[in-house]
Amino acid sequence: MKVKCSTLFLFLSPQVQSKRMKYLEAIGKYFIMIWEVFKKPTKWPIMRSLILKEIDDLIFGSMGIIIFISFFIGGVVTIQTALNLNNPFLPKSLIGFATRQSVILEFAPTFTSIIMAGKVGSYITSSIGTMRVTEQIDALEVMGVNSLNYLVFPKIIATMIYPFAVAVSMFVGILGGWVAAVFGGYAPSGEFIKGLQMDFDAFHITYAFIKSIVFAFIIATVPSFYGYYMKGGALEVGKASTTSFVWTSVVIIICNYVLTQMLLG
Amino acid sequence: MIEVENVHKSFGEHHVLKGVSTIFDKGKTNLIIGQSGSGKTVFLKCLLGLFEPDEGQICYDGQYYSELSIAERRNLRQEMGMVFQGSALFDSMTVEGNVMFPLDMFTNQSKSEMQDRVDFVLKRVNLIDAHKKFPAEISGGMQKRVAIARAIVMNPKYLFCDEPNSGLDPKTAILIDNLIHEITQEYDITTVINTHDMNSVMEIGEKIIFLKNGYKEWEGTNKEIFKTDNQAVTDFVYSSELFKKVRQMYIEERN
Repeated sequence: MKVKCSTLFLFLSPQVQSKRMKYLEAIGKYFIMIWEVFKKPTKWPIMRSLILKEIDDLIFGSMGIIIFISFFIGGVVTIQTALNLNNPFLPKSLIGFATRQSVILEFAPTFTSIIMAGKVGSYITSSIGTMRVTEQIDALEVMGVNSLNYLVFPKIIATMIYPFAVAVSMFVGILGGWVAAVFGGYAPSGEFIKGLQMDFDAFHITYAFIKSIVFAFIIATVPSFYGYYMKGGALEVGKASTTSFVWTSVVIIICNYVLTQMLLG
Repeated sequence: MIEVENVHKSFGEHHVLKGVSTIFDKGKTNLIIGQSGSGKTVFLKCLLGLFEPDEGQICYDGQYYSELSIAERRNLRQEMGMVFQGSALFDSMTVEGNVMFPLDMFTNQSKSEMQDRVDFVLKRVNLIDAHKKFPAEISGGMQKRVAIARAIVMNPKYLFCDEPNSGLDPKTAILIDNLIHEITQEYDITTVINTHDMNSVMEIGEKIIFLKNGYKEWEGTNKEIFKTDNQAVTDFVYSSELFKKVRQMYIEERN
């Protein structure tokens, strides 16, 4: 028996229906926010200084944690690969090859983005949310400033240099793998480097950068959305930060799947 | 002058403003009073253009807000100054940066012209040596003065204040009230203050609107509020023992 989707929708409980409507409303509101961000731009000299400040806060301020995590995850990927390649007929260069592929394709763009969603995303939500609670956003609106452009646009532009951070993460991750391989006795340096150069496809780098640009946009806008439209006081700022991290991660993971299917599938 | 005609505003099922009409005169300190939940803040936000009335019109010196284009509305907003309840100063900017912000945003003045204007308004609100301090480093009263300085730096035609002396000691509250009143007269601004501070009502209320459950219950001056027989107004205004005694003395004197 064929049943239409709309008919099925009628059988859902009112709670489920209202929850579904809430999600749809939030998605619509998010896209309206994006549209508003690009309307009525702020004067360029002011915007330039805001963009430079955001680059410093969001990108350079995150380099330390990115480098630290990349180095050790690269090392762990190498050790785990080496421990699973215990067949003597398999060349040790495969360890370098597997490390390179894991770091470039997945770890550097996606894993780093999840970390950035936590670090940068919660910073964005809490800073914009606090501005909402303390009526600073209302103050901007009353003055005739497009508050979304003033607050969110510099963050979007600043995160567009996120691929630079991803490139650093790739380099440091592979370096961490090399250190673990050589000093842990899992593979000689020459074999590891041979593996790094094996069957190299430059498009994988392009793929990683395309992903990181999309993730950067998500990291800048989803937390901004949760901060900008939050209601309540200090407690709600904390809740909004948590919710924004969850949803930023979910959107990143979904986009990761879709982009991988589109670009590599 | 701001003319308000039959303004209604609802949020879902909750009907907050139920047909408020009044006129706020130029060069006068107009006060909106009423209990918490009476619709004062919603009414003020409607006047500011932050909320669009569901019904009715608001007219700013002959310009109906609802008939203005988005660009015209933004231009009108640049003629409005607002002092928020919590001051709403930008945390990341110094006092000077906060006051200079509207000039920087909307004028093409040189740095020295802007600096002169900032120095002038900060001096006007009696803040001389706080230029380089951040909002977190100054007292609540000083924050209110910075907020007033920021509100008047663009020479606004309309000044709105949301409970400007809440959280301040009585002496500072009177200073802030007097400052707003002086500025209103000096620059011939239409000032609208949302308050439930009875000292403000008695001291500077040249026109008072009393809101109750979303309706305009009463309007008059600070002189008339002594004489009114409106039960809701007298219950609200004379809820404190001090004001009850003042009213008693007034009635005895009159008799």
